[in-house]
Amino acid sequence: MTSATSWYEANARQRVEALLDPRSFAEFIGPEQREISPHLAIFDLPEQFDDGIIVGRGTLKGRRILVAAQEGRFMGGAIGEVHGAKLTGLLRAARSLGEPVLILFDTGGVRLQEANVGELAIAEIMRALVEMRMAGVQVVGLIGGRAGCYGGGGLIAGCCSALIVSEQGRISVSGPEVIETNKGVEEFDSRDRALVWRTMGGKHRYLIGGADAFADDDVLAFREAALMALAGNGRLDAGVLEAEQQRLERRLHRFGKAHDAVDIWTDLGVREPAEIAGLATDEFLRRVTDKRETANGAR
Amino acid sequence: MEKLSFTMKPSTAAAGTRARAIVGVVASGNLEVLLERGLPANICVIDIATAAHGFAAVWEAVIDDFVTRRPAGGLHISINDGGARPDMVSLRLAQGVRLIEEL
Amino acid sequence: MALDNILASLFPGGHEVTVTDNLIAGIGIIDAIKVHVIGIAGENPLGCNGALILAGHALEITREGSTAPILVLIDSSSQRMSRRDELLGLSECLAHLAKTLLLADARGHRTIGLLYGGSAAGAFIATALATGTLVALPGAHPAVMDLPSMARVTKLPIEVLKAKAEKTPVFAPGLENLAQTGAIHSVWNPDQSLAEQFLALLAEQTGRDARDRLGESRGGRPKAASIAVRVEKEASHA
Repeated sequence: MTSATSWYEANARQRVEALLDPRSFAEFIGPEQREISPHLAIFDLPEQFDDGIIVGRGTLKGRRILVAAQEGRFMGGAIGEVHGAKLTGLLRAARSLGEPVLILFDTGGVRLQEANVGELAIAEIMRALVEMRMAGVQVVGLIGGRAGCYGGGGLIAGCCSALIVSEQGRISVSGPEVIETNKGVEEFDSRDRALVWRTMGGKHRYLIGGADAFADDDVLAFREAALMALAGNGRLDAGVLEAEQQRLERRLHRFGKAHDAVDIWTDLGVREPAEIAGLATDEFLRRVTDKRETANGAR
Repeated sequence: MEKLSFTMKPSTAAAGTRARAIVGVVASGNLEVLLERGLPANICVIDIATAAHGFAAVWEAVIDDFVTRRPAGGLHISINDGGARPDMVSLRLAQGVRLIEEL
Repeated sequence: MALDNILASLFPGGHEVTVTDNLIAGIGIIDAIKVHVIGIAGENPLGCNGALILAGHALEITREGSTAPILVLIDSSSQRMSRRDELLGLSECLAHLAKTLLLADARGHRTIGLLYGGSAAGAFIATALATGTLVALPGAHPAVMDLPSMARVTKLPIEVLKAKAEKTPVFAPGLENLAQTGAIHSVWNPDQSLAEQFLALLAEQTGRDARDRLGESRGGRPKAASIAVRVEKEASHA
């Protein structure tokens, strides 16, 4: 692969294909199995043969890894019964086999038409994820797609051992429209794209320690970042959670009165914070590398 | 959802040995096309699930055209349609055949 | 059932559970078994600050090293919907809380969630659904989204949604639906001793996450358990 491929523009299959070693990917419950959602027909909604998530195994520079990739363009990547169960099964397998997992997030959260089972799936995924991490197996999240990583997806991401984001990526629990609908436009103007990206976007998450690596919107950049992340440690134990408790408490204490992300970036000592949004990756990293908060494994 | 099915008699069979291929995504204006090899070389079956009712004639025209232009013999093609226009359908079908013929 | 009555029925011998800023914390004793209690009251939203306070309790309990069970009492709304909470990383805080509960359970503290009021979305996932066993009292009203909002988002008339909800438990709010899908283990009887019902739960064996199998056996989740098993099988054969 020599030409630049946008992570954002690629679909889930293209991402998996471009991320992994050539022809190394073997899919579990592929689309030819036609394991579709049993709950969409009642709403007269179209189904997708893989129910919006691809799971399987491939290699990354020869190393065996398990991969899950959400299709953000199918129902906004939202999680339903089958979609969720595929990921749960993969994480349970990862624990027994001791193989690390890459989750290519691209989700708006729970699929409304399957709300109860989608939410429960998210909880089962989180539990399976935590159990594999307690066994010392890594889970790395890659976030940079059209749907972002919202709702329950954001909570799953918060259980990963490392997170890689691009500028296009967003991580949040409530979406901008939901905050505006519930709390009013003064609280959050969902049409203010710059505000959305300052509050929830990849650059802010990277600066505040909500993500561990920042990648260009390019599949090769994500691949390099994934390789580096896999060199780290995935173990979750009481020590890690104690450290995360301190990290998050410190964050709230230090930035709890901030009104806007720019206040936080200013406080971090970032030069010309108003320019951050417009900076290309190289210049952004140059300016923030020694100023940003890092999770330092406390995740 | 409307379910349509067409059985065609292409004159050329798809080359290559890949068992299956898939292209596209079920999204607004898009569709997913799953191609599986295994039918007799002069048969192509195309199954379609679509939320847009009443367009059987349009599908038939697109498929007629596809089968005339591309080597579709031996293929079982299954489509989940998200409301794609005819030119997008033609594109995906062509992409699908190219993919399944890939070495 | 009001919180005071719940606590009185759980701990007839008395308890030291208090509520501060709608966050519940303390200890009760049932039949010489010490029970840690944490939770949310007053149908309050769960934000960064609340999540970290609750997580801190869970960590403290885990540090203590015993195997005293943890009761998580839930009467919340959803996650706090605010610019500030998202800015500060609400997803990390809620995930952190869930992790502390899951760790406590793994370290031998049976975590039992008791849903007695509301709960929704991110708050529901980070508290109720992060416990090893979830029970509810009648009148509890968990919801991903209320039907009118769902009608707006799906652009379906509410009568149509209601009709569809008759046919499947997978999307409409309600305890019965959550029980059928496997999220809720059982609904307690408010007219019987909650202490006894709690002890009966403690006596049950727990192990792997069995909610998908429970949902399958109850008919609410036809595919999840078997799909997960199939993925596991395929992964171990390659």
